[in-house]
Amino acid sequence: MGVAGFILRRSAAAIVVLVGLSILIFVVARIIPGDPARMALGSVATPEQVEKLRNRLHLDESLPIQYWEFIKGLARGDLGESLVTRRSVSLDLIDTFPATLELVLAAGLIMVLVGVPLGIIAARYRDTAVDNVARLFALLGVVTPSFVWAVFLMLLLSFVLGLLPVAGRLSEAFDPPPMVSGMYTLDALIAGQWRAFWDAIQHLILPALALALAGMGQAARLTRTNMAEVYGRQYIEMARAFAFREHEIALKYALRPAMIPTLTILGLDFAVMLGNAFLVEAVFVWPGMAKYGVFAILRKDLNAIVGTVLVIGAMFLIVNIIVDMLTAYINPQIRLGRRVA
Amino acid sequence: MRRLFRSRAWYKFSRSWLSVAGLATILVIALVTVVAPLIAPFPEHVGIFVDFRNTEQPPGWLYFFGTDDNGRDIFTRVLYAYRVSFAVGLLVLAIAVPVGVILGLLAGYYGGLVDTVIMRTTDVFLALPPLVLAMAIMGYLQPSLFNIMLAISVMWWPWYTRLIYNLTRSLRHEGYVQAAKVSGASDLHILLKEILPNCVPSLLTKMAFDMSFVILMIAALGFVGLGMQPPTPDLGRMVAEGVRFMPFDWWMSVFPGLAILILVLAFNLFGDGLRDMLDVDV
Repeated sequence: MGVAGFILRRSAAAIVVLVGLSILIFVVARIIPGDPARMALGSVATPEQVEKLRNRLHLDESLPIQYWEFIKGLARGDLGESLVTRRSVSLDLIDTFPATLELVLAAGLIMVLVGVPLGIIAARYRDTAVDNVARLFALLGVVTPSFVWAVFLMLLLSFVLGLLPVAGRLSEAFDPPPMVSGMYTLDALIAGQWRAFWDAIQHLILPALALALAGMGQAARLTRTNMAEVYGRQYIEMARAFAFREHEIALKYALRPAMIPTLTILGLDFAVMLGNAFLVEAVFVWPGMAKYGVFAILRKDLNAIVGTVLVIGAMFLIVNIIVDMLTAYINPQIRLGRRVA
Repeated sequence: MRRLFRSRAWYKFSRSWLSVAGLATILVIALVTVVAPLIAPFPEHVGIFVDFRNTEQPPGWLYFFGTDDNGRDIFTRVLYAYRVSFAVGLLVLAIAVPVGVILGLLAGYYGGLVDTVIMRTTDVFLALPPLVLAMAIMGYLQPSLFNIMLAISVMWWPWYTRLIYNLTRSLRHEGYVQAAKVSGASDLHILLKEILPNCVPSLLTKMAFDMSFVILMIAALGFVGLGMQPPTPDLGRMVAEGVRFMPFDWWMSVFPGLAILILVLAFNLFGDGLRDMLDVDV
């Protein structure tokens, strides 16, 4: 079985999971006590209004038929209408998704580009002061909730030092750049609007950092642990005996095998990050999908909740497939089609 | 007590002073939550209470952590909020661990169809960030201690199923399991007396770490307003409400935030210690 077969098999498994996920979300949304139509309309609605809404949401049908209607809609890209914004949930999600994607991608970049090197340094200088500082820093990242980071960072960098803007995606002086990807930083670059680009970056730093710190700490800890394990192997000893330079050993021989278990967990960390986006977006008034989701949950907006959760689930599955591909690329046992021990 | 401190286990646990500090912190906070009504400076500030003369007081000798916009002592409220964190954390583990362990044992031991059904179901649950589904479930339920516990437990059992499943898979071919089987032991005996005891070290370590993650999740639910409802103190909600008074009344958010951080850190360090002591990989 080559790489193609491996990826194909993983994608098929992901689709099965996605179907399961759709059933799970659907059942959770329907099975829980209380009438969604009544909850959406509030206590002032008349019984006739509630009945009309129940009818429109197919709530008066049996569960399997409801699910079938839901899947039929899903196939057309139709997630139903939001009970709060009165718009199609799909359109709402398309509008808000790029902001969340931009935030999560930026956070993911910080997580990998800072976390992994931090772990490498800690492993390279194991049991020295450098190692202890790096580990303490990583641990603080892991144990502090992202919304507490958000508050601390906002207080320090925006209010005390006045370096960065407090909230939003762009200053009022700028118009959003012409829509291409929906991500302001990228779109501003494409349009060549350098000042808008810089402004968007400044708005992005705080929320992305708040979101990244937990995963970053985790990445550093994992890289360190796994590299420390590789350092104990004999071929590292041999490389030293052959007078390879220490940083060459670290980057070329110790890091690569250590990345295989690290990558898998990083995929899971990404899931945690998607969840935490719900909190960070709320603090920084970041107009993304997660903020939309929180609003939907607080307002008991049935279709919007189901839509948001499905998109998050799909995103997570895609990340996992990418992680699998990277692992396969790094690990010759998979790349060359041998069984993994 | 003396025997405990002289034991081999304690020696291994206490090799890192951080683990000991973690354990000590947990014990102190647990004790404080139990005797909170006796030591809290202003027990009446836990409920509905307004003191207009002392609103938004900065931290000082009278109010260690300052007061909120109703003039309530934040230190007192943090002490009481810790009670909820501990209670929900323990209850979640009390539900998620048995459910997860039983399913993991069954899937790992019997394999075949049982394995497929149980493990593919856990895959579905693990395909979502735990916080997102817990929030979605809480969205439909009334926020109460019981429902918070329920929503988090629903998300938590698959992690234990997966852990025990992997352990059972590797243990079931061990000599002593085969020996028990040959000598005619029932499946129940093998699962509970041969396999389960060997899962306990990993289980305990994971539970210590998970306590910290459950506490984080309770705080996160509280932060978006899906935790304990006012006037009951909730650490996450206190942070969220304090954000409105930033930057001038910084103590309203910062102290409850630090309170979460310290408890989570303590359970993490304790988990590190247990892991070293029991020599397991979680």
